[in-house]
Amino acid sequence: MTLSPLSRRVLGGLTFGVLALIYVPLLVVVANSVNPSQSMTWPPDGVTFDWWSRAAHSDGAREALVTSLQVAVVATVLALILGTLLALALQRYSFFGKDAVNLLVILPIALPGVVTGIALNNGFKGIMGVDLALWTIVVAHATFCIVTVFNNVQARLRRMGTSLEEASADLGAGVWTTFRLVTLPQLRSALLAGGMLAFALSFDEIIVTTFTAGQGATTLPIWILNNMFRPNQAPVVNVVAVVLIIFSIIPVWLAQRLSSDVEGVR
Amino acid sequence: MSATSADTRPGRTTDPALRGPVARPGSRLLHRMVWLRLSLLLSAPLAWMLLVYVVALAALLITSLWSVDSLTSEIDRSWTFDNFRTLVDNEVYRTVTLRTLGVAVAVTVIDVAIALPIAFYMAKVATPRVRRMLVVAVLTPLWASYLVKVFSWRVVLSEGGLADWTGFGSPGYGLTAVVITQAYIWLPYVILPIFASLERVPDSLLEAAGDLGAPSGLVLRSIVLPLLVPGIVAGAIFSFSLTMGDYITVNIVGGANQMLGNLVYINAGAANNLPLAAAIAMIPIVVMLVLLTAIRRTGALDNL
Amino acid sequence: MKNTFRKGRVAAACLTLLSVSALSACGGGDDDKKVEAVEKIGKTEGKVSILAWPGYVEDGSNDPEVDWVTPFEKETGCEVTSKSYGTSDEAFNLAKSGEYDVIAASGDLSLRLVASKEAQAINTDLVPNYENVYDFLKNTEWNTVDGKNYGVPHGYGANLLMFNKKNFAEPPTSWGAVFDKAQLEKNKGKVTAYDSPIYIADAALYLMKTQPELKIENPYALDQKQLDASVALLKEQRKYVGEYWSDYLKEIQAFETGDSVVGTTWQVIKNNIKNPDVDVTLPTEGATAWNDTWMLSSQAKNPNCAYKWMDYILSPEANAQATEYFGEAPNSPEACEQTTDPKHCETFHAGDQEYAEQLWFWRTPVKECLDGRTDVECTDYAQWTEAWTEIKG
Repeated sequence: MTLSPLSRRVLGGLTFGVLALIYVPLLVVVANSVNPSQSMTWPPDGVTFDWWSRAAHSDGAREALVTSLQVAVVATVLALILGTLLALALQRYSFFGKDAVNLLVILPIALPGVVTGIALNNGFKGIMGVDLALWTIVVAHATFCIVTVFNNVQARLRRMGTSLEEASADLGAGVWTTFRLVTLPQLRSALLAGGMLAFALSFDEIIVTTFTAGQGATTLPIWILNNMFRPNQAPVVNVVAVVLIIFSIIPVWLAQRLSSDVEGVR
Repeated sequence: MSATSADTRPGRTTDPALRGPVARPGSRLLHRMVWLRLSLLLSAPLAWMLLVYVVALAALLITSLWSVDSLTSEIDRSWTFDNFRTLVDNEVYRTVTLRTLGVAVAVTVIDVAIALPIAFYMAKVATPRVRRMLVVAVLTPLWASYLVKVFSWRVVLSEGGLADWTGFGSPGYGLTAVVITQAYIWLPYVILPIFASLERVPDSLLEAAGDLGAPSGLVLRSIVLPLLVPGIVAGAIFSFSLTMGDYITVNIVGGANQMLGNLVYINAGAANNLPLAAAIAMIPIVVMLVLLTAIRRTGALDNL
Repeated sequence: MKNTFRKGRVAAACLTLLSVSALSACGGGDDDKKVEAVEKIGKTEGKVSILAWPGYVEDGSNDPEVDWVTPFEKETGCEVTSKSYGTSDEAFNLAKSGEYDVIAASGDLSLRLVASKEAQAINTDLVPNYENVYDFLKNTEWNTVDGKNYGVPHGYGANLLMFNKKNFAEPPTSWGAVFDKAQLEKNKGKVTAYDSPIYIADAALYLMKTQPELKIENPYALDQKQLDASVALLKEQRKYVGEYWSDYLKEIQAFETGDSVVGTTWQVIKNNIKNPDVDVTLPTEGATAWNDTWMLSSQAKNPNCAYKWMDYILSPEANAQATEYFGEAPNSPEACEQTTDPKHCETFHAGDQEYAEQLWFWRTPVKECLDGRTDVECTDYAQWTEAWTEIKG
């Protein structure tokens, strides 16, 4: 298909235009992080770095960040394992109830967060009789993160076909060896993409988290929720957000490079 | 759907028993026993989903048939359809449901409409270098906290805020503001799957169609769009369900409005009426199940 | 320990059976709740967990300058963990989990905690600083039941009327500014109200003064007819409301920008608004108000540290710091001397009994009428909640 130069330009203009718009609210966040007005009214009436220095000294924010990273890492690892297993099972075999399993994986993300939240809250407290804690957040996050890994891995498996694995088996490699040396390397970029998305989902999740967080388990979004609505703290929250954006560019960029090296051929 | 026909389907489930393995005995056993391999693969994730999620959902369904004793605010475990009767009899629940669905549909339509050309440009027009930059540009806002972004929209849309200030004018706080904010928040989640499914469309396919004389419009409509359906469906499910379950955005920019999420939230977290909250939660559950079944009929879910 | 084990076994049984009847048998018992006051304080447990409004338990992690928890930890060796909540209703649910030893409860929560046996009676002799507290805050109907004291006062404040002078020819002196149709018309879409069922009491208070034929004696004791009248008034008001607020940054912002020009507020919100046109008043009808109480959970695992905390937070220094940071009246004249702003207690009318008499402190509406009527049944909080959903529509 050959697109006319004009339609190329229109598409390009549209894309960059929308992306620029996407960054406007983020610029507002940056502006407010140096806005002396504690209630963040527009336009800012000056520039101050007070909030930045206060954020630098905020132990609460730092601890919450660490907690969030821990939760996201563990939840992502769990999701990677469970999602890959499921994708292998569903893509490589047909069995009774396959459709139901397929639906089941999608459900935690397809059902609204507030539903998943109260269901899990009730499940943990009412049925299992456990106290909410940090690990309950991890379990909840892993549950709805499985689908992102599952989707990516399943799509890759479908494209990969089975010929390489069959060849490996024909040459006498065991199931495990084949998986480790043939299947897994091909899945690398799919796992990376799924894992990234799972990590991002978990890292910024607030609705399910509020329902499954135990006392003292403060993830970054919870810290933000607790501080966002306090006049003296809201600008500090803006600073934290700006820092997050800046630091997130590094892993996103790296992941993008890694996956495109693998994708290479189109 | 024609989406399946163009896909490179492996389809074959090979019978490993026919091959001559030289691997260790355990591995050989695994190799031969398809069901054993399958159950090894399935048991952990399935157990997880059933124990953590299905049990919780089932319990929620059961809870919705209970009631709360107003004196002791303990749950009264005798069966009753009172909660559902409340939902049907009270007009407010209908209004809120329709409002929520309306907002979710609007957000989804807007997001898909914006995401399609962007994803197309990223996947098929931009050079690899630019594409990589664009993906980063789309992913980065995901890391600025959701709450911070919503609050930033509050600042933008306020009286004399950025929207007013730059001369665009602001719709003020209300449902329009909710739609704008939610569409903004979930846009990356819609762009990504569409982009991913577009990337899978080989350039050669488009070139072949072009070489055979098909005009761009026809190529887009008859080749690209069908291949995109799974991606669009995935993105649409994301934005639809995320919007339907949200109660924070509407609190911050929604003026005096409330959505289903708010009703579930205040009844579960605030009014301590879990049974009623569970009954209200059944509304989005039913909506999503109906939606997923409908989509499944079209075959798009197989490729999700 | 033993109890968790038992709970775990019940849970296991529930999971294995998973039949409906088995599910209904699940859930904890009441046998681990202790509602009687203790005689003396034992050895401290080394930790205490606190549930409170945001800004009540500050350990410097939010702002290094704001820290009254660290001195407590140093002094008593009780390590503090805390959770803050957004509304009284949310707190009620959290308190029921039994994970908290001490709870800061407003009047619309305290009686619910007592009624559901989540609160333990307090032996005020074990709280030496209780002596300083203003007398009119002691043994009140929201912290004392059947002569038993269930909590020690923290601080209090009124739900005032805030307005933008530019939108009013004369500063309003009545709640009519947010309830009277003719006055609402001028500010359509710019009216704000507190987002909670308890706000129904504000409407009831207005009706109490303007429609005597309804015979409302106490805005928290409404029979069905009186509730219906209040709800109707609020539904009318809803047409003019721009947004409801429950967190104070939202309201500060709305008044700064002009998105809201009239509505209920707290003094602390007014203090944070830089716009000189915004002013606040206590209307002639009086106002609803909150009055917070430190309560001890009946499931407290660390009661001794909890007592230590209650005494500490009642001490003039800590109470002054906490109430000034939050923006409310402290609980004792001694605390008033410790505030960094010498005018703090004046601004918040601390100890001003005449002022306090115009306030209707938040209570939990219950079926048994709080105003002593026995011929009718009053509406309870669950009904108020349902009504609130309908009002917002």
